[in-house]
Amino acid sequence: MSSRPALPHGLRLDARKTAPLQHPLHAAPAPHVAVIALDQGSGEAAEPTVAAGTRVGIGTPIARAVGEAAANLHSPVAGVVVEVATRATVAGVGRCILVENDATDARDPALVPVDWRTLDGVALLHRLRDAGVAGLGGAAFPAAGKLALARASAVAHLVLNGAECEPWICCDDALMREHAADVVLGGQVMLAACGATRCTIAIEDDKPEAAAAIAAAIATAQDDRFELVELPAIYPLGAERQLIEAVTGREVPHDALPPAIGVVCQNVGTAAAVARFVGTGEPVVSRIVTVTGSGVACPGNLEVRIGTPIAELIAACGGYQDDPARLIVGGAMTGQSLSSDLVPTTKGVNCIVAATLADLAIRDPEMPCIRCGDCASACPARLLPQQLHRAAQADDRDALARLGLADCIECGCCDYVCPSQIPLTARFHAARLRMRLHDAERQRAAEARERFERHERRLAEQAEAERLAFEAARRRARGAGPT
Amino acid sequence: MPAMQFQVVAPPYVIAGFTVPRVMFQVLLALVPFAVVHVWLFGPAVLLQLGVAAGSALGCEALALRLRGRPVPQFLRDGSVLVTAALLAVSVPPLLPWWLTAFGTAVAVLLGKHAYGGLGQNPFNPAMVGYAVLLVSFPVEMTRWPVPGPEWDAVTGATALDALRTGLAQSYTMQEILADPAFGRVGAAGGEWLNLAALLGGIYLLLRRVIRWQIPLAMLAGLALPAAVMHAIDPGAHAGALFHLASGATMLGAFFIATDPVSAATSDRGRLYFGAGIGGLTWIIRSWGGYPDGVAFAVLLMNLAVPLLDRYTVPRIHGHRGR
Repeated sequence: MSSRPALPHGLRLDARKTAPLQHPLHAAPAPHVAVIALDQGSGEAAEPTVAAGTRVGIGTPIARAVGEAAANLHSPVAGVVVEVATRATVAGVGRCILVENDATDARDPALVPVDWRTLDGVALLHRLRDAGVAGLGGAAFPAAGKLALARASAVAHLVLNGAECEPWICCDDALMREHAADVVLGGQVMLAACGATRCTIAIEDDKPEAAAAIAAAIATAQDDRFELVELPAIYPLGAERQLIEAVTGREVPHDALPPAIGVVCQNVGTAAAVARFVGTGEPVVSRIVTVTGSGVACPGNLEVRIGTPIAELIAACGGYQDDPARLIVGGAMTGQSLSSDLVPTTKGVNCIVAATLADLAIRDPEMPCIRCGDCASACPARLLPQQLHRAAQADDRDALARLGLADCIECGCCDYVCPSQIPLTARFHAARLRMRLHDAERQRAAEARERFERHERRLAEQAEAERLAFEAARRRARGAGPT
Repeated sequence: MPAMQFQVVAPPYVIAGFTVPRVMFQVLLALVPFAVVHVWLFGPAVLLQLGVAAGSALGCEALALRLRGRPVPQFLRDGSVLVTAALLAVSVPPLLPWWLTAFGTAVAVLLGKHAYGGLGQNPFNPAMVGYAVLLVSFPVEMTRWPVPGPEWDAVTGATALDALRTGLAQSYTMQEILADPAFGRVGAAGGEWLNLAALLGGIYLLLRRVIRWQIPLAMLAGLALPAAVMHAIDPGAHAGALFHLASGATMLGAFFIATDPVSAATSDRGRLYFGAGIGGLTWIIRSWGGYPDGVAFAVLLMNLAVPLLDRYTVPRIHGHRGR
């Protein structure tokens, strides 16, 4: 165990994690009808490989990933596929596969444990891709994709992210307390898959039980490639680039990914999912979700099947209480607010908060910026939010690019401290969207101009060729003119 | 199962709860020691000045907001004009005629703040705009300070910085000048206590994180360093660093005036240059300029430099190579 120096910026936040952690981790009841969204939040929507009427067991593949940024999907329940239909999802509206649960919980007989020590790295990556292992920290990017890039970049250092810095979320804390051995085993498998030679498990220092469990697991595994690092509980130390800087002391260049400096980062939940896969052959069909907030009767951490409607999950936690005002997927700083609780969980849903008005901050009306600079002191990307705000108000794209709007990680720190109650994060999100649309339009315009110029050149060449042919024909005709 | 419906809002869902009125209230609270010492030295006149300035400020602010079509109660409640009024009221001589105080405050609020767009838009420190206009337009009334002391009297006398300037001009040595009753133990008589009170208030603001250390420290260093150097080179012609730190509006300027966030530089490095510039200019004006105390003009001059400082002190963004 060792400590590292703190981030110069960031905030110390009230964690709000005690209530769900009072109860041990337990399994949520399986949904009556599993609603598996084809768009799990990363990349394009997957293509279904089953149709209505197909009988599936737990772990049967039901959708194939399209493109590099999405992962395969497998059935979380045993039963019959009802239909592939459009339903409300976390992303808004999207196609989903609905599987009716026949309550047998029968596993697909084709699932077998993986003898990962005998496989080479590339073969291991193939198996992980087939298993649909996605980043369970919230992004849901395929783990195999990240590890493959790491292998290609000859990465030496694997960092397992157990920081969990955002208030309300404590699923990783619960996972590490009860399944620390899985995290270490998953780390070993990942090391074999990507070819790295050392692994750092990073935890914030407000999780002493989890840290002790991980330390014990490392000692039991007797693998000296592993080390545990405790970091100060500063938000957003769990953001990938900030975490890598805190652990290694080096910054990831803004225009590159972590493998460029020899590091790859994975969530501890992803590592545990990898361990479960090699141990039982079961692909990612469930994950730990924190259910919390003053609006739910029994907050806790539950093992939840992918595709469980949030309403059923809340009911399994004792139902609503005290008239919750908001339903939030995620944490207090970057979570997404939902309009309906019929939305099903995905691989990226790590926390569900039924928040009453007491949980939330009510903002005063927005005042003009008084240039106090607190936002710049808090910004973990070391930007100047007040300058960005001025540029965004003026829609000055050059200034926005120069001040680094593209580097904003939308963590919410600037909002949190602003005395003028300016909704900075929402403004920057809108400005980034506008910039992306503007850049896409400029790209299309440039391509159209190139096409036009090529067309003009071709027409000119054609006209030139015709003129030469005409001249040649005229010379021939004159040469052989009437004598 | 019937669905629960919820309202959708944008993150983040928690905030620190700092508000503009709270920041302004902290500044006013930190001014209390200064005001108390002021009353002890010069009598209760400063309280009348505070009242007149506050009334004039609120009235002008309400008028300007109404003219600009802004919500009057919301902006009046933010307390920023009260800070402007308070700083002006404690900076002017306590026996200044009330209508001059009211006029100066009106200039500060209308010309120094609302002419540029109101809260958050003024490039100049409003209190200093008001003070400078008064000083230039009514030099006699603005330099008529009563003699400080536990006995309140309307007899006026030279301040320490006045005495220093005229004494040097008349070629007295520093020892002879310092014997003047206008001088106290380390700085100006009475003035040194005011500066101590302002320092205590400033430390309170630093501890409560209302202001940051860059501007005050840089200003005090920018004032003390040239003073110390020139005093070492030529002690007969220049006062030392401690004298400058304990006289005039030094501490009030460092912790309350120069730290006005709206008219100061934005980045931390920019603030260091900003503060150092104010300190250096204050020393230059005090030593060689036409006015006994230079804080007000130094602040206004550095306000002019802020856009340049902002442009060239953008900090290195995480993940970018050095600029």
